Amino acid sequence: MDLFEYQGKQYFARYDIPVSPGGMARTIDEAVAAADAAGYPVVVKAQVQVGGRGKAGGIKLAADAGEARRHAEAILGMDIKGHVVKIVWIEHASDIAKEYYASFTLDRSVKKHLAMVSAKGGVDIESVADEDPDAIAKAHIDPLVGLDEATARQLVDAAGLDVEAHDGAVDVLMKLWRCYDEGDADLVEINPLILTPDGKVHALDAKVTLDDNAAFRHPEWDEFRGVAQLDPRDALAKEKGLQYIGLDGEVGIIANGAGLAMSTLDVVNQVGGKPANFLDIGGGANAEVMAGALEVINTDEKVKAIFINIFGGITKGEEVAKGIVEAFRRVDLKAPIVIRLDGTNAEEGRAILKEHESERLVSKPTMVEAAKAAVALANGVQP
Amino acid sequence: MSIFVDEKTKVVVQGITGSQGRFYALRNQAYGTQVVGGTNPKKAGTDVDGIPVFATVAEARSETGANATMILVPAAGAPAAVMEAAEAGIELIVCLTEGIPAHDEARFYNALKRDFPSTRLIGPNCPGLITPGKCNIGFTPGDDALGGGPVGIVSRSGTLTYQALGELGGKGIGVSTCVGIGGDPVPGTSFIDCLAAFEADAETKAVMMIGEIGGSAEEEAAEFIRAEMSKPVVAYVAGVTAPPGKKMGHAGAIVSGSKGTAQAKMDALEAAGVKVGRNPTEAGDLMAGVVARL
Repeated sequence: MDLFEYQGKQYFARYDIPVSPGGMARTIDEAVAAADAAGYPVVVKAQVQVGGRGKAGGIKLAADAGEARRHAEAILGMDIKGHVVKIVWIEHASDIAKEYYASFTLDRSVKKHLAMVSAKGGVDIESVADEDPDAIAKAHIDPLVGLDEATARQLVDAAGLDVEAHDGAVDVLMKLWRCYDEGDADLVEINPLILTPDGKVHALDAKVTLDDNAAFRHPEWDEFRGVAQLDPRDALAKEKGLQYIGLDGEVGIIANGAGLAMSTLDVVNQVGGKPANFLDIGGGANAEVMAGALEVINTDEKVKAIFINIFGGITKGEEVAKGIVEAFRRVDLKAPIVIRLDGTNAEEGRAILKEHESERLVSKPTMVEAAKAAVALANGVQP
Repeated sequence: MSIFVDEKTKVVVQGITGSQGRFYALRNQAYGTQVVGGTNPKKAGTDVDGIPVFATVAEARSETGANATMILVPAAGAPAAVMEAAEAGIELIVCLTEGIPAHDEARFYNALKRDFPSTRLIGPNCPGLITPGKCNIGFTPGDDALGGGPVGIVSRSGTLTYQALGELGGKGIGVSTCVGIGGDPVPGTSFIDCLAAFEADAETKAVMMIGEIGGSAEEEAAEFIRAEMSKPVVAYVAGVTAPPGKKMGHAGAIVSGSKGTAQAKMDALEAAGVKVGRNPTEAGDLMAGVVARL
């Protein structure tokens, strides 16, 4: 789960990481009230999960209530790269002497955590990594040991942070580590981490990705949910517990297993079609799950044909086939279906499908043949 | 020959009294796997269709001589289950449980490396492994697997593992061992571990590798193949056209550099001399060509 900046700052605050005083707002009046509470001057910041919001005019400085009102009015409802701004975060504007960078994430190739600190913050850190890799100090953190203060101090020193920032930065790093480790984050990133003219170090931005697998031990995450803006197809899929990602093509895809679903997209593309979505129904493919998946696909107006690709490992072929037939009966589908069924008891499953075969329900023995048939149907040609 | 499991492997099922644990314990046993026991501290002394249930893995091991476990307990209890198996002296731990927090995985991975370096962990969140005709631990539909070699399979994806077995079986090509290493952030056994084991296995003459987008495991495997492997490798990487997965923010992008896309992975593998199919069927055809020339 990716948090918005204001949620990330709320999460940081739980671990005593210093952030600017501020508040979130969904309306112009709420924004002015939050600005009054934070104390002028304030910064009005669009809350969207996409980079480049500053350049798009989504971050503005306001000296007084009138200006805060005008900026909130302009930013709320603004479209930033396809993301409509529904929430703004308003915080007291900080005086900035220096901008740094700090983060923790998992280094999958080393299988340890990776701390990164740089004196070159406030800019795109990926370009720093490309142009001046030595400007980023890195250290691997053993998950069994954790971050100790000596390592934090070495990092801050190696990154070349200003001497007056050292103690403050070490303190933030130790707290940020706790937020990452105890807070079960996949990523915590502060960019910029600032030094103020009076020598204080604090987080001006917050990027936090939480590990959904750890939600069972974090009831406090509940408040972060339900805020993200989903495509209506995504929202329906989520409600039904399906792994769905909407795309722009005309061939609807249903497969079991993420790898097979990805592979199905590849094959549809290779035979000249365009997938409308990625949809993984997981291991079991019973009638309930299949009907739910077909309902989600059915809401997509662009879909001209549906390709169901099932390799039965956990579920037996005849159960999958019965599920498809039952779902086909329950959902009033706008597009025809092509099915490829393989794996455990595939023969029995195909025999059941055969009885129900029609122009609207086609069965093919292999993935490539089925993809070709689905693409033909999407183009209005009966295979 | 085979890698990691054979007819002598004796398996204890941690979580045997759960519905999944019971189902796969019996299914693997019916396949011919020596499923010698299960564990559940509250149901010790009972049995699951004749398979004895013990309180602990240590007890199960001393009573049955088990050398492997299959873990099918819920995610919250899985880290403790992995460590219990290692402490009991189990050599091979196959953790099928999905949904384990990444920080937990990093902790038990490093704890095994430090304290139990000779214990092998496969998974978590993997379909298991099969040496056809001898031992099947996990979800793999054994009927799709043709045994006897000459091909070893290693895969990051569940259903694509079965697809690969199906592609080869359909052509009459046998498999020595097929290992599903799982797609979680910290897999206990990597592509490289399996490639090295297949390189050393006399029965395996060629290797099929199934990768997918994300991370840099395929690129690291490519480097290993280039430097260390004499046996031919055929690969398929899923996700050429897939939408970018979960974004790990800028820090994640730095860790993996420009790597991570299917195209980058395929390029790296081809540069290492691997034959790369654009889909599982094409990879199967390429492997048939390799096997014909062995």
